[in-house]
Amino acid sequence: MKSLLEITGLEVAYGQSQVLFGVNLSLAEGQVATLLGRNGMGKSTTLRSLCGLSPAPAGILAGNIRFGGETLGNWTPDRIARAGIALVPEGRQIFPNLNVRENLVAFAANRRAVAQPWTLERVFSLFPRLAERQANMGNQLSGGEQQMLAIGRALMTNPRLLILDEATEGLAPLVREEIWQCLARLREAGQTILVVDKYVERLIRLADQHTIIERGRVVWSGSSAELDADHGVWHRYLGV
Amino acid sequence: MTQLILEQALNGLQFGLMLFLLAAGLTLVFGIMDMINLAHGSLYMVGAYLAAAAVAASGSFVVGVLLAVAGTAVLGALLEMTVLRRLYTRDHLSQVLATFALILIANEAVRMVWGDQPALLNPPDALSGPVELGGFSYPAFRLLIIAVGTVVALLLYWVVACTRVGMWVRAGASNREMTEALGINVKRLFTLVFAAGAGLCALAGAMLGPLLAVQVGMGESILILAFVVIVIGGIGSIRGALVGSLLVGVVDTLGRALLPWLLRSFLPGEVAANLGPALAAILIYLLMAAVLFWRPAGLFPARG
Repeated sequence: MKSLLEITGLEVAYGQSQVLFGVNLSLAEGQVATLLGRNGMGKSTTLRSLCGLSPAPAGILAGNIRFGGETLGNWTPDRIARAGIALVPEGRQIFPNLNVRENLVAFAANRRAVAQPWTLERVFSLFPRLAERQANMGNQLSGGEQQMLAIGRALMTNPRLLILDEATEGLAPLVREEIWQCLARLREAGQTILVVDKYVERLIRLADQHTIIERGRVVWSGSSAELDADHGVWHRYLGV
Repeated sequence: MTQLILEQALNGLQFGLMLFLLAAGLTLVFGIMDMINLAHGSLYMVGAYLAAAAVAASGSFVVGVLLAVAGTAVLGALLEMTVLRRLYTRDHLSQVLATFALILIANEAVRMVWGDQPALLNPPDALSGPVELGGFSYPAFRLLIIAVGTVVALLLYWVVACTRVGMWVRAGASNREMTEALGINVKRLFTLVFAAGAGLCALAGAMLGPLLAVQVGMGESILILAFVVIVIGGIGSIRGALVGSLLVGVVDTLGRALLPWLLRSFLPGEVAANLGPALAAILIYLLMAAVLFWRPAGLFPARG
């Protein structure tokens, strides 16, 4: 399988303090992969570097990020986004001064002319709740609704790769389950996804590949079946 | 008496709308890039001078104003790409110092090109007289200013509130990083916003030129008012800039006209005569203090 994303030997520093010491990760088109590890181990930094956000590009000391056959190097975040990477960031980052509908249509694009692009209608059918609240401002939504909106907003750019940082953090169990089901449906539709979350059991059911990071290094990687079989890994690196 | 109040209210509206043209650009620049641009007033001055020159050269007020707006917009874009862009990542003190330097440079440059004497900018002949407005006469040119200001304000409001470019601008004002991560080149967007802001400055300069003097230093006094406006309205908010501009325009104009007269009705004549103008001059700052006391982020904060 040809890989869509190929991270090799990524080393990243915030100013003087280095946080990533050679992260490798590869992801094929249509695959769902996770990035696991305790808090502060470098998951968010990996995702941010991938999107060209600070500390990138200056903080990237070594390594290579290839996406869709191109080396991202010191590309700006907007160029990376237009190349087809969409981020659902930690803390949702919904625009509070745009209403739900505006949050979705502002960034809508179909740059690779896919046959069945995401539209407002499709996002509303994926998340009927957003349709009910389309005139509400971003800051009037509950956490779950904000997360749905953040996912919808990312999908509206018709990305080749959807990245979710802390996909269900801070959400009530029922809402969390709704997000998981949505991700499963996206997966069925062939969406390539890279997700960070702490619910390992749920992620094993959702994803194909898993990469565990410990203090800025990849310490384990493998398939869902392998991770499911080795609960020692869970205890050692995830504290579960 | 009602006639005086009505006339002053119209003057206030007219001044407020022109303030809005200045404040709109300033609030977006401050809101999106977190950049304090003191040279905004210089663009207003340069716009007024360009208008005076272009009106004199073309013989037409409309053509002159349009040329001034276009010229100042281009100048603004060049200024942003060459100088101001380098200041975004600096702290506010550096920005204030650097853009203050730009004010001095602009003032000297204008003095060198057009000389010390105020430039002559007359309203078009057809509008130089008064019109009858149900019982009192009001200068036709001031009515034109109100009309132009209203149309531009509505247009700007439509662009910011209803178009995708407007959504990007608002998104950029509240969260620049996320806006970029969704594919928008905020750098280029900002050059565009800056050019538009400069064009609006020139429009305000050209419209106010015939009423106030077109002279070196004209930008500084109005810049302070524009900053008061955006602080009252909430930095980064176009709606706030509009409401703040109208508030400041009306309060300042009505205050100067009516406050001395109001005070005379319950204070001894001499005290009122001294206190009135002084109080009127600080009225908008009292307004700002009151707004900040109850709404520290302004009336319509852009960052939620």
